[in-house]
Amino acid sequence: MVAIILVAVIALLGGWLAVMFNSLVSLRNRVANAFKQIDVQLKRRYDLIPNLVSAVKGEMKFESETLERVIKARAAAVAASAGASVADISKKEGELSQALGRLIALSENYPNLKASDAVRGLMEELTSTENKIAFARQFYNDIVTAFNTSQQVFPNNLVAAALGFKPAELFEIPESAKQEREVPKVDLSV
Amino acid sequence: MNIYEQQASNKRQTAALMLLFFVFFLFLGLGFDVFVLGMPVPGTRVEAAGPVVDDGYAGNYGRYAGLRGYYAPVRGRTNFPWGTMAGVIAAAVIMIASLVQGPEMVLSSAMARRADPADPKERQLLNVVEEISIAAGVPMPQVYVVPDADPNAFATGFSPDKSFIAFTRGSLDALNREELQGVAAHEMSHIRNYDIRLVTMISALCGAIVLLSDFAKRSMRGGIIPSSGSSRGKGKGGGAMMFVFAIWLVLLLLAPVISRLMAVAVSRRREYLADASGAELTRNPLALARALEKIRGSSAPTAALNHDGVAHMCIADPRGSYFDDKEGFAADLLSTHPPLEKRILALKMMAYQPTNA
Repeated sequence: MVAIILVAVIALLGGWLAVMFNSLVSLRNRVANAFKQIDVQLKRRYDLIPNLVSAVKGEMKFESETLERVIKARAAAVAASAGASVADISKKEGELSQALGRLIALSENYPNLKASDAVRGLMEELTSTENKIAFARQFYNDIVTAFNTSQQVFPNNLVAAALGFKPAELFEIPESAKQEREVPKVDLSV
Repeated sequence: MNIYEQQASNKRQTAALMLLFFVFFLFLGLGFDVFVLGMPVPGTRVEAAGPVVDDGYAGNYGRYAGLRGYYAPVRGRTNFPWGTMAGVIAAAVIMIASLVQGPEMVLSSAMARRADPADPKERQLLNVVEEISIAAGVPMPQVYVVPDADPNAFATGFSPDKSFIAFTRGSLDALNREELQGVAAHEMSHIRNYDIRLVTMISALCGAIVLLSDFAKRSMRGGIIPSSGSSRGKGKGGGAMMFVFAIWLVLLLLAPVISRLMAVAVSRRREYLADASGAELTRNPLALARALEKIRGSSAPTAALNHDGVAHMCIADPRGSYFDDKEGFAADLLSTHPPLEKRILALKMMAYQPTNA
């Protein structure tokens, strides 16, 4: 009798472990996949920026500082993307987003740029890529939150670490970038 | 109700609808057998019948109707339930065809064409839809453009893996990027919630019912049904049979109305939810509110979308319905969409409660 109960308890525990393990594995894979989605869009942005800079360079020569910042931020972000630290990548990408935002806002002041089909097309692609990065990050953070939560709730928290699961890192915009991320100031006085 | 409950409920409702569809056709087929082909009604006796004949036919009937103990038919008409079989087969064919062909048929009836990446506005639409599909975490739907000057949009398809999203050319010209994004997010919510599957099924049901009731009206004018009906009514089961006949007739005549009401009941609630979960995707409810305001400003009936197959899928009722801005029982019954004013208000409320996302 005792043996039967013991077997039943062990079977139940084993079943619970298997279900929990499988759901954590599938969440971990979804986290990895969601991060890949961000990565795809980041790469696209690296490719777009040189085109945009060379298209607007002639017209925006008085904004060389802004252009310079975009180019530097891109180089820093490309370097960071080689490493695998989510915090580092998100910091550098945040700075790049911010530099680009300023460039896009300033370009509104140049009617010649707005009239150019090529520049308008590039701006649309860049805006879209910025949005895709933001949405991919939103989606990634949602899944990371689900993954982390399911590791931390009771009773999963008793065994999750022992099974080799670690909480994943959120893709956050660093605090410094966040303040400057408010609407870029455009000086209209000439 | 969250999105997962909504998905589950939609899948359940689709399955229930398919069952209902099947039963409806079975019933119609049975009616056809009994009243047109003159088969005996299960469970009734025919007075003039001879002794019980147990010659294997009864076994057949027992299988087909789930009942036992029949009398063999007297008038020597067909014993095989042709109508019922035809009904069941027709139901199956219509369901399969509607699931496979439905979305394409809806698009072609709206004269939609694939969005052209060479056109700057359509390029932008493609980008916006791709952004939203990233936010929703589903594969990108195919994007179509309806050549019509009024702003409107709809989504169709069977599952998020293979879905379609269509915008009128007018909406591309009237809405800016953010507003376009709001509308795309609304449509993406329909896709993600499996609303599109349910609506595809409903359209198939509506189409089939309308077709059938047309057919029934024409055959009654041809005198098929009265001739067979008048030869009956002498047996003991006559009363019961007349009753069933009446129900069958009423169902057939009312079918278009029933189908219309069903489509309406189903799509009204969904619009609020799609507005809300669309705003959750973009985190920008005001953009959708502005888009709805613009759509409302041009509320003339939209020719390309103004038929039953497409109308209840659109973001705003393309019939420019009188009832769309009304509340109350009649409006609830006759309008596929909640009043735009209420939707806009709800979205604006969301914007003032950012913590409530």
